[in-house]
Amino acid sequence: MIELLQFLGKATRKSFKKLGRATFFLLEIISGIASVIPRPRLLLKQLYSVGVLSFLIIVISGIFVGMVLGLQGYYTLSDFGAEETLGVMVAASLVRELGPVVSALLFAGRAGSALTAEIGLMKATEQLSGMEMMAVDPIKRIISPRFLAGLISMPILSALFSAVGIIGGQLVGSGLLGVDEGAYWSQMQANIDFEGDIVNGILKSLVFGFVASWIALFEGYDAIPTSEGVSRATTRTVVNSAFSILGLDFLLTALMFGDN
Amino acid sequence: MKTLVINDDNSLTKLGVVIQNTPLSLPSTRVNSCMDKSVSLQDSLVSVKNLSFARGDKKIFDDISMEFERGKITAIMGPSGTGKTTMLKLIGGQLFPDHGTIQVDGQNVHCLRKNELYTLRKRMGMLFQSGALLTDMNVYDNVAFPLREHTHLPEPMIRTLVLMKLQAVGLRGASSLMPNELSGGMARRVALARAIALDPMMIMYDEPFTGQDPISKGALVHLIKSLNNTLGLTSIMVSHDVQETAAIADYIYVISSGKIVGQGTPQQIKDSSSEWVQQFMTGAADGPVHFHYPAKDYIDDLLSSGKRY
Amino acid sequence: MQHTKTQDTLVGLFVASGIAGLFFLALQVSNLSSFVDQDSYAVTARFENSGGLKVKSPVSAAGVKIGQVSSINFDPKTYQSIVTLNIYSQYNNLPEDTTASIFTAGLLGEQYVNLDAGGSDSFLKNGSKIEITQSAIILEKAIGQFLFKSAEEKAQAKK
Repeated sequence: MIELLQFLGKATRKSFKKLGRATFFLLEIISGIASVIPRPRLLLKQLYSVGVLSFLIIVISGIFVGMVLGLQGYYTLSDFGAEETLGVMVAASLVRELGPVVSALLFAGRAGSALTAEIGLMKATEQLSGMEMMAVDPIKRIISPRFLAGLISMPILSALFSAVGIIGGQLVGSGLLGVDEGAYWSQMQANIDFEGDIVNGILKSLVFGFVASWIALFEGYDAIPTSEGVSRATTRTVVNSAFSILGLDFLLTALMFGDN
Repeated sequence: MKTLVINDDNSLTKLGVVIQNTPLSLPSTRVNSCMDKSVSLQDSLVSVKNLSFARGDKKIFDDISMEFERGKITAIMGPSGTGKTTMLKLIGGQLFPDHGTIQVDGQNVHCLRKNELYTLRKRMGMLFQSGALLTDMNVYDNVAFPLREHTHLPEPMIRTLVLMKLQAVGLRGASSLMPNELSGGMARRVALARAIALDPMMIMYDEPFTGQDPISKGALVHLIKSLNNTLGLTSIMVSHDVQETAAIADYIYVISSGKIVGQGTPQQIKDSSSEWVQQFMTGAADGPVHFHYPAKDYIDDLLSSGKRY
Repeated sequence: MQHTKTQDTLVGLFVASGIAGLFFLALQVSNLSSFVDQDSYAVTARFENSGGLKVKSPVSAAGVKIGQVSSINFDPKTYQSIVTLNIYSQYNNLPEDTTASIFTAGLLGEQYVNLDAGGSDSFLKNGSKIEITQSAIILEKAIGQFLFKSAEEKAQAKK
């Protein structure tokens, strides 16, 4: 019993310590962003590896998620004779929830884990330390551009996911199942609110991008510089990102859509 | 250096405000040592005074003092795990000592602000054991990296400088290779070219000979010696390769368990009466340093109830 | 250099596709297009019961959307619901004796205000009141009435 309490205490102490380190790290990243702006090439390179390389997985997943929504939605709605509102259902679930959340989860798996592994390996091979000794701040040179790239990419990926998903839903809904195409779009337009739904969805994805990039970079930077340490850090990135994204999603949904 | 202007602000000093170049977070002992303005010996570039450093409960250094003379190659030797690399990181300001001071070119490394420390580091080169080349750039870009980061030289000028440095280490022909295409010895030579890219006043070598074949070792020995002479560098070398180190070092410190156990020119070290130094230099398996890691009695251990470790 | 150029192009495409996606969401998916450049005039209508009508619910005539609900208030004096309708300015020739009714799109669909044109020569303008209204059909009430009626009919048939 005492051991259990001790274990709990130790775990709490450790996680607080880690949270503290992560916070300082975040402050450093943010103060380092200023030095990225005069060097757009650094950012561009990261936008490529964080954003462009995640493009395919996002688009393909988006299409399939939209198509599944179209099918499932159709079967449920046709029981009530409300197939016409399929567009609303698909668009609302994508724009409000699935777009930001699923693309953020995919982002954490695709880009986040890659970031952690990259930073962790750079640490393990003394590249970060070497940079410091060359009087180059690794946070400014390595971390901040990646963070900024994650922050920019996430809303783009999420918007793409939703857009592609809505088209996928339409393909299945009106192409396969015979929902009227006009009704699909017009019902959607009548019921999806730009500010309430789309802007909030984008805001969500910004928050998720912020958190996922932060976690990925911190885990890499904080990794034990061995191959085992890096692999564990990569796992932690995916797990912690998923938890944070889903938890924050609940919080944000409650805040944004609560009084509707 | 414009950021330093605030220190010369007369109005502040008139008011009795003294701004020190100390990071705010340092414990008081360190702040006190920063006010110690005692000048080190003129001919030493780096001087370590009464340095203590511990990792957790393990004492790495216990009240060590060393001097590294300008223009000379000074080696720190000792068995693996005695914190030789830690010493280099302390000198480079990447780690903070628990006690004592380290002065580089008259500046107390651990009392500098971040930007001052970075200015100082531009004049310090360091060769990591692994080379620490940036894996996403080729050899040319790796050597050009410090130049591009710290200078605004036009690209043709950078090209000239990079090729000169690569020529010095004999790898001009490898400039388009990626780090993963290099052998260990080549990677270290590229790293050396990068370390001298900004024409530093000193270079720190971390185990430059470890894991190298005899030819690479010979090449590195030759390089370190000739760079030291032609560029007028001060070299600090950490190594446990007795032969190679003794061949080029001007002065050797031998450390073990946080203490200096021997120091002198290579000849003096070889002739040392210390049993420990003799064991280290000749490589005897047993001696003052035991072959066995400290353990309880062998027989007792074998017969004991077998608690799992 | 060739390498960085393709990278530039791809990043450019990526960002452009993101912007395109956002535009698609804004214009094709949401009701943003209905805000843009839509001058409107406001008329009010009183309903005994406005049911599930909401702000931004559509206002349509003959099945075409011609405006939206801008506010719904309760009048404590008459115990009625005052609904303000924003009607797009191009539809400025609605007769004064137009009837407003609250309909439901589909069985479970959203409620909307339907306007049936009357025969008057003068038209509705900003601040006009629609006098003739028909309240929302409350589904529970309707079902209740239906059940009650059919039970009654059965009882009569038995006699």
